[in-house]
Amino acid sequence: MKAVILGGTKGMGRALARQSAGRGDAVFLLGRNEADLQRSASDCAARSPDSKTVGHALCDLEDPDSFAAALDAADEALGGFDTVIVTAGMFGTQEQLEADTVRLRALLTVNFAHTILFCEAARTRMMERGGGVLCVFSSVAGDRGRKPVVLYGASKAGLSAYLEGLDHRYRDAGLVTICVKPGFVRTGMTEGLKPPPFAGEPGAVASRVLGAIDRKRPQIYAPAIWAWVMWVIRLMPRFVMRRVGF
Amino acid sequence: MLGSASMDTPSVPPKALAKRESAIAEPAPDRTDVGEIGGWGRVMQPGREVRDENLERLTRDAVLCRGLGRSYGDSSLPPPGVSDVAGTTLADRVLSFDPQTLSLRAEAGLSLRELLRVFFPRGYFVPVTPGTTFVTLGGMVASDVHGKNHHCAGTFGEHVTALKMRVADGSIVECTPEVHSDLFWATVGGMGLTGHILEVEFTMVKVPSPWIYMESERVPNIDAYMTGLAQAAEQWPMTMGWIDCLSSGDNLGRGILMRGRWATPQEAPESFPEPKKRPGVPFVFPQFALNPLSVKLFNEAFYRKHLRKQASGITHPEAFFWPLDAILDWNRIYGPKGFTQYQCVLPKSAGPQAARRFLELLSTLGGASFLCVIKDCGAEGRGLLSFPMDGISIALDIPVRDDTQQLVDKLNEHVIDDGGRIYLTKDNYTRPEHFAAMEPRLEAFMEVRKRWDPKLRFRSAQSVRIFGDPVG
Repeated sequence: MKAVILGGTKGMGRALARQSAGRGDAVFLLGRNEADLQRSASDCAARSPDSKTVGHALCDLEDPDSFAAALDAADEALGGFDTVIVTAGMFGTQEQLEADTVRLRALLTVNFAHTILFCEAARTRMMERGGGVLCVFSSVAGDRGRKPVVLYGASKAGLSAYLEGLDHRYRDAGLVTICVKPGFVRTGMTEGLKPPPFAGEPGAVASRVLGAIDRKRPQIYAPAIWAWVMWVIRLMPRFVMRRVGF
Repeated sequence: MLGSASMDTPSVPPKALAKRESAIAEPAPDRTDVGEIGGWGRVMQPGREVRDENLERLTRDAVLCRGLGRSYGDSSLPPPGVSDVAGTTLADRVLSFDPQTLSLRAEAGLSLRELLRVFFPRGYFVPVTPGTTFVTLGGMVASDVHGKNHHCAGTFGEHVTALKMRVADGSIVECTPEVHSDLFWATVGGMGLTGHILEVEFTMVKVPSPWIYMESERVPNIDAYMTGLAQAAEQWPMTMGWIDCLSSGDNLGRGILMRGRWATPQEAPESFPEPKKRPGVPFVFPQFALNPLSVKLFNEAFYRKHLRKQASGITHPEAFFWPLDAILDWNRIYGPKGFTQYQCVLPKSAGPQAARRFLELLSTLGGASFLCVIKDCGAEGRGLLSFPMDGISIALDIPVRDDTQQLVDKLNEHVIDDGGRIYLTKDNYTRPEHFAAMEPRLEAFMEVRKRWDPKLRFRSAQSVRIFGDPVG
């Protein structure tokens, strides 16, 4: 596997990049902060069994103009990547986003529009050489309109719909699209929030996601229990959803 | 040097970093309420751990860092009037490793467990390991931990070559045994009170195999134990043992003595020792579960389990170095009130009977404890508050009861008379006047501390309790 990871310096992306490098994959990191990228590249290289060099390049989901050069750099370093993983994204609580339209706008743009633009750029590259795997982190928050995550959830619902459509449209042509739906995972992003039941750890999520990539599964919940939790939530009638707090 | 990155790349200046942060994500989320926080002994106080992957950002206003919270008492708890401690565990990246020089540099929140998971299968080990892998590198420096090889290898601090720290004026400095050596040696064993440790650089060791050759011996009493320990130290790189401190009379201090070394490639199994599955303690035991009878039965069983007088062979490194890591959350067995560990070192000058006198005192005071660990220590380290010194170290767990303070006081008075001292990392009860009487180096430590932190910004619940640091 020759993987490009956007967001591999933090949280679940960091865990994923480490495990991927640790099992011998060639890894290339994309992110917004040069110093942070360097540190994570060293970390991944130290975990690589044959001490592979791990390259990195600047790429900012707020700036779609940065995508092409970043993917060029990754292509060159890896000799043509076959897997693209996107874990980057923005988060805000419902209260924070309602109170701050600047932040809301940035979140909707980054999580939906720009993530899709990035995926399109990655998709065309991989399809030109016969296909590959596109694995993108959406969220359980996109499965159903819910009171505590109306705005964040909407951005992820749109992303999930895109990823599902992409998988239907291009699977036969060789492009596998994987939509990862993490529940609450204890990372820097959720630090300070009260963990609900079934909160997961980034390392466990990462091994599940790598398994899904290997088996080419189109959709995966992590931790696994969230598949059942969301199944129940999706089945709930509207009048019930209106009354409950989640 | 691994990877394309270099460790001496200048980090992004704080101002630039702050600007980047405002653009996307990473808002300071609404914090959860201040809950309760405790050390490994589970004696709780109000407080909260706040974590961040970026230690430079996290430590800007923090008064104390906390790693995995394995210090037993109040070393990693916020001082009264302060709610938050900076949790370092998300800052856990390996920054460089050079297989030639064996020099490794990592962020301070990296756990020993994760470090060994990556490097042990490749034949590298840490020069010194404490009795658990659930510790961070920052914690290992702050406590200047020691292990079964102390009589040969010294403390962990002896193998540290550089520390990157945030000091009280807000700046970030690199200190080594040569550069800012006063800060360096005050930080080694300094309980996090000289500044925030951001990165740790130290020298790993290469091991001949990942397995341990161990000999263990059942010894009938404390005198035989001490003789055996001294003999073993001359020939073996690793020694330690367990004592049944409830036994008395002729059996006083009967126990199991262990000595070990790394197995040679010839005697070691070909396979790597697979990590052991860990059962956990799923709930806090009720108070009555731990009583003199249950403890006595446990100790008896532990002694009898060692059927033959002597046993030897190849042992799993986890069972040898970190037996208690096999039981997740074992601290819950001490019940809702928690427990404390009393660990002291008695110097050689206290004479060969020092351990016996300590155990006799303990049995008259009736401090019901599981097995107690006795090990001989080598020379004192260079860390200004480093715990070990040439002599013997005794450690025992004490469940918290109404008279725990008096028990610790009496033990401390005895230790002071013998010229010994206690280990701050384990402590929750020592009085300031007792600590001052034990610690002739305290003045030197405080001098360096005040040189770098005149207003005593860096504090813990423990430093307020023992050093009289300001509250709030």
